[in-house]
Amino acid sequence: MSLLKTLGDKSWERKGIIGGLKPVGAFDTAPEKVALVFFLVVASVVFSLFTVSYFIRMELPDWTPLADPAKLWLNTGLLAISSVLFQWARNISSSTSTRNIKTAFIGGGVFAILFIAGQLSAWQDLNNAGHYIASNPATSFFYLFTAVHAVHLLGGLWVWSKSSIKLLSGSEPKEVRLSIQLCTLYWHFLLIVWLVLFAVLSNT
Amino acid sequence: MAYVPLADQEQELHHPHSWVTKYVWSQDHKVIAIQYAVTAIAVGVVALVLSLMMRMQLGFPETFNLIDPSEYYQAVTMHGMIMVVYLLTALFMGGFGNYLIPLMCGSRDMVFPFMNMLSYWVYLLSVLILMASFFVGEGPTGGGWTLYPPQTALAGTPGHDSGIVLMLISLAVFIVAFTMGGLNYVVTTLQSRCRGLTMMRLPLSVWGIFVATCLALFAFPALLVAAIMMLFDTLLGTSFFMPAIIESGTPLDHNGGSPVLFQHLFWFFGHPEVYIVALPAFGLVSDVLSVHARKNIFGYRMMVWAIIAIGALSFIVWAHHMYVSGMHPYFGFFFATTTLIIAVPTALKVYNWVLTLYEGDIRLNAPMYFAIGFIFTFIHGGLTGLFLGNVVIDLPLSDTYFVVAHFHMVMGVSPVLVVFAAIYHWYPKITGRMFHAGMAKLHFWCTFLGTYAIYLPMHYLGFLGVPRRYYALGATDFIPQSAQDLNTAISIAALFVGASQLLFFINMLWSLRNGKKADPNPWGAASLEWQTAETPPIHGNWGAELPTVYRWAYDYSVPGAHKDFIPQNTPESVETTVDEQHFDPDLDKSKADL
Repeated sequence: MSLLKTLGDKSWERKGIIGGLKPVGAFDTAPEKVALVFFLVVASVVFSLFTVSYFIRMELPDWTPLADPAKLWLNTGLLAISSVLFQWARNISSSTSTRNIKTAFIGGGVFAILFIAGQLSAWQDLNNAGHYIASNPATSFFYLFTAVHAVHLLGGLWVWSKSSIKLLSGSEPKEVRLSIQLCTLYWHFLLIVWLVLFAVLSNT
Repeated sequence: MAYVPLADQEQELHHPHSWVTKYVWSQDHKVIAIQYAVTAIAVGVVALVLSLMMRMQLGFPETFNLIDPSEYYQAVTMHGMIMVVYLLTALFMGGFGNYLIPLMCGSRDMVFPFMNMLSYWVYLLSVLILMASFFVGEGPTGGGWTLYPPQTALAGTPGHDSGIVLMLISLAVFIVAFTMGGLNYVVTTLQSRCRGLTMMRLPLSVWGIFVATCLALFAFPALLVAAIMMLFDTLLGTSFFMPAIIESGTPLDHNGGSPVLFQHLFWFFGHPEVYIVALPAFGLVSDVLSVHARKNIFGYRMMVWAIIAIGALSFIVWAHHMYVSGMHPYFGFFFATTTLIIAVPTALKVYNWVLTLYEGDIRLNAPMYFAIGFIFTFIHGGLTGLFLGNVVIDLPLSDTYFVVAHFHMVMGVSPVLVVFAAIYHWYPKITGRMFHAGMAKLHFWCTFLGTYAIYLPMHYLGFLGVPRRYYALGATDFIPQSAQDLNTAISIAALFVGASQLLFFINMLWSLRNGKKADPNPWGAASLEWQTAETPPIHGNWGAELPTVYRWAYDYSVPGAHKDFIPQNTPESVETTVDEQHFDPDLDKSKADL
């Protein structure tokens, strides 16, 4: 309702200072987090449009469903563990004791790397089975979805690596607290995206 | 610890120490804005030259022979894509957005200055990739700016080898650049306003750019998705969009793809793109009209609502570009209806601009010429849009010069007139110099009358059924000689308009050195960017303290006030006793003759 209230303001009538130093209507959080949330919406649009394209293309007669590699279940587990470890790091970063924060945060990234390695291995399996990228649209979409998802994960790993280096080189956890929070949010988002993509790929 | 507003966080500011960090690897939003603007205009000049080459071919088909049919298609494609994406989008967002948002929000810089700098360099990379396509293989793609498969990827289309690949990569890189810039514009507007500056106290320029940025952030992904899938089809042999097709008797490897799927994705981006260009123009022109009419903008609140409504509706009208691609009649009915609905908030804006002028104390300064000219061209282009939004009228007019005339009036000439209005309006603040007023007005008349001489007859050609995209019309039954003669006249007008842009460039460059030193606030404007202590504003924009805002941005000719504008940072208690350093009625009168 506050949005409607904002847009209903008769600003030509009201004079004088409105609000404090924080701008009226600004989100009460770090600007990096606001930017990340906007980016997540943008990324959601990207994945949604890929998925819509998938369903439209699926209706055409040359579509042959692909039996997805069983390895994907293992990979999903790896990404879930990664996400859990990031959440653990985030919880530690907001508490008074910061013990295990390095283990949790760096472990989260390592499991994400293992997930990407697992995805590459799934590609290899498909390739060995003769399912090349241009064999069939279902296969093409499999490679496309997994590649685009992995690219997003690699972007996250770049931020993660910078923060990890800071942590390992002796920076105080509070200096990377925001980065840990943002990475956690991003990882949860990519886990949800992967679960949706995986559900779409395995049920069609 | 005392709260430090985001707009004032010094540690976020990058302090340049050398010429290179000040003017090349700069993180100052004003320098980045100028870098964006210069690059966009430079690449726009390339597109302008391409259009003149096309017009010389169309107007004098047997005379010049500057380009062959393939090059004609390449010129059509590159002209369209450059003008829409690399010139207008980049100039409105990267140029005006960068310059004006922090200043109008009373902030020291964008929230993420490094990412802002990166945005420009990645944009430049996208431009260079696009330009590289002129020098490789068969040259740039000639598939039309809509890049429709399958013809874009077939051997008969120029640039089907590397041209299309470079175009798609360039677009993807552009989208990355825009996303970095766009996040900055949105977050700065939301989080980094100075004290007292509520959202509804923002000038409409910021509202236009803010909503257009949101649109772009949500619409460009559709182009990205289409570009990635098309790259897969082109480079890896997939069949997302490519159907089974036989080329010169040989079946290609593609099978079963859907070209119409590409069209949906393209136009899901393509129609919001119209408003990505239009909304900033709406905002900027509102401010120019209000300042030079010495009146508050009529219906400010409704103008904001209209910007938001147009932005939202722009996502559900895309298929009106696809009536001839074959669609269910109800589908066409839906999109025709939404297209007509979007005309309501758009018309509301036009009424409000006209009502802002009504009984205003109008100063016919050069920016005002362009702003009023925009109202004419926009009404003109908008009304022909209503024709084309209806399925039954669109079908016979589709792919004729009527469409070319419509979209050039509404999203070519109109935004460009606003670009000129805005450049002339803010030039004194950006450079600290006044431009030559006479030359600017001459530039306006040449551009305004010239573009009418180009596009008005094109509507008639469209009614005759003259098809667009043809290299030469040749001898046909339905195209009389008079249409050929009209084409020649259009080309002469186009060459004239093209040449008259030199007036603009000469004026801008000449005035940089020789222009009269500008007042800090030569037009007597109320918004914050005119209230900086230094002109041009220094790095960090404001002195020791950020401004505090006490009112909206449109307090002009307030009854009882001491002068005919009250700056946003003037407290109510002193509004009638403000010193005259920024405004002098006599001086203002002489400025009215500029």
